[in-house]
Amino acid sequence: MAVAIVGAGQAGLQVAATLRELGYAGNVVLVGDEPHAPYQRPPLSKGYLLGEVSATQVSLRPPAFFEKQRIQLVTGKRAVAIDRTRRALSLDDDSVVEYDHLVLATGARNRPLVVPGAALRNVCFLRTLDEAQALRLQLAAAKNLVVIGAGFIGLELAAAAQKLGVCTTVLDIATRPMARAVSTSMSSIMAREHAQLGVRMRLQTHVLRLRGEGGCVSAVETVDGEVLPADLVVIGIGVVPNVELAASCELAIEDGIVVDELLQTSDPNISAIGDVAAHPNPYAHSQRIRLESVQNAADQARCVAHRLLGRPTAYHAVPWFWSHQGSLMLQMAGLPGVGCSEVVRGDQLTASCSVFLFREDRLVCVESLNRPADHMLARRLLANHADVTPQQAADPSFDLKSLASAPSQAAAE
Amino acid sequence: MPKIRFILHNGKEHIVEGDVGTSAMQTAIDNAVPGIIGDCGGNASCATCHGYVDPSWLDKLEPINEAEAAMLDGAMRVEANSRLTCQIKLSEELDGIVIRLPISQV
Repeated sequence: MAVAIVGAGQAGLQVAATLRELGYAGNVVLVGDEPHAPYQRPPLSKGYLLGEVSATQVSLRPPAFFEKQRIQLVTGKRAVAIDRTRRALSLDDDSVVEYDHLVLATGARNRPLVVPGAALRNVCFLRTLDEAQALRLQLAAAKNLVVIGAGFIGLELAAAAQKLGVCTTVLDIATRPMARAVSTSMSSIMAREHAQLGVRMRLQTHVLRLRGEGGCVSAVETVDGEVLPADLVVIGIGVVPNVELAASCELAIEDGIVVDELLQTSDPNISAIGDVAAHPNPYAHSQRIRLESVQNAADQARCVAHRLLGRPTAYHAVPWFWSHQGSLMLQMAGLPGVGCSEVVRGDQLTASCSVFLFREDRLVCVESLNRPADHMLARRLLANHADVTPQQAADPSFDLKSLASAPSQAAAE
Repeated sequence: MPKIRFILHNGKEHIVEGDVGTSAMQTAIDNAVPGIIGDCGGNASCATCHGYVDPSWLDKLEPINEAEAAMLDGAMRVEANSRLTCQIKLSEELDGIVIRLPISQV
């Protein structure tokens, strides 16, 4: 048997690694369109920009790993077509990779900002290592940075840039930072913390156009008529899933590549995982969603590797996520969704608290700020479907550990 | 290069070498030692690189910092000699360190 994997990010690499870990002896081909061997993206908007982490340190595995594990790594080549009948994958250099099973881990790309001036120099994105390398140099020379989009990437970058002494303004169309991803309580705590770092925030507004001088960006003009001086602009307004390859061979598409609970596409010989996979998630009432996270990429990869080796299980991992913004360590477990009630545990004023989110009195999500123990506990509470009440969550003297039935209880006590 | 002896829950051993300054977690991953996940890349954010350090080596390690302690506090199957292996940086002094791995990281 031969397994081909398209996409050499966190998800694609993990499929290859787990197949070998489980003793799979057949061929494994991992194809990526970036020139680099698989690397971690999370540090690119944090330690890498600050010079604390090098390009070598972001790599997920050393070159010797691929050789020793007999993983054929093909970099700098794009998969352009899938012949499902012949089970053959064509690459852009006209080479063909035959497969028994194909895993699509094609990820996502930056959502473009369609405004006049978007093509000016010093208007950048931050997703790939190449983009991060360029941005690191640009930040060293920048005075005024405007970040468009107050999501995780935008705020992580803002905290890093501010630390580097670059005057930073973050602009977003929403009423609050990270509006799509976190509760209103957490948004307001994070807005306050970023203000303390010196980051300026412009909310409920958007870009009318980018002004330039000599082909280089010089200012961001908002629809309210405000002109923000900028010698560097970074666009962080989300991503678009890379579904084109799957669509071209008529796999079912719906925002992402449609998969079932086993992460199988409409073709049983093809799976899809990671950012691109629209999968039924038990933490979203089994509705099909896409999750853009390391956890989801790695856990889905392991789920598929196990299935290919005869151990099928429905994907049911608790979603979790982290975002370090300066010294602020935000960790989330579960999925928030709409219409949740919010209970804050801990001290909001010292930025050490967790927001517990309940829907119909059931715990669905916990956001922890500088409270990693709460986060770890939350993952267990959610995995065990523990009955936590809003009153218990709000009561600092109530020991939530007592509700997390887990082997560690017996082992630790 | 310092060597680490990882002992899996099933008793199987993996002896691997890593560069000075590299974490025990990264060394395990680089050498395909099963039983260590390390999804967060060494940020003490996921607690999936939990190991039990042989007690004779404990006092040679850097003390547990606040973030690691908090993550361990919420992790599963924690013992007195539990560490997140991403926080153990290899040095010549640690050559030969013995780390046992739990039955599962999750």
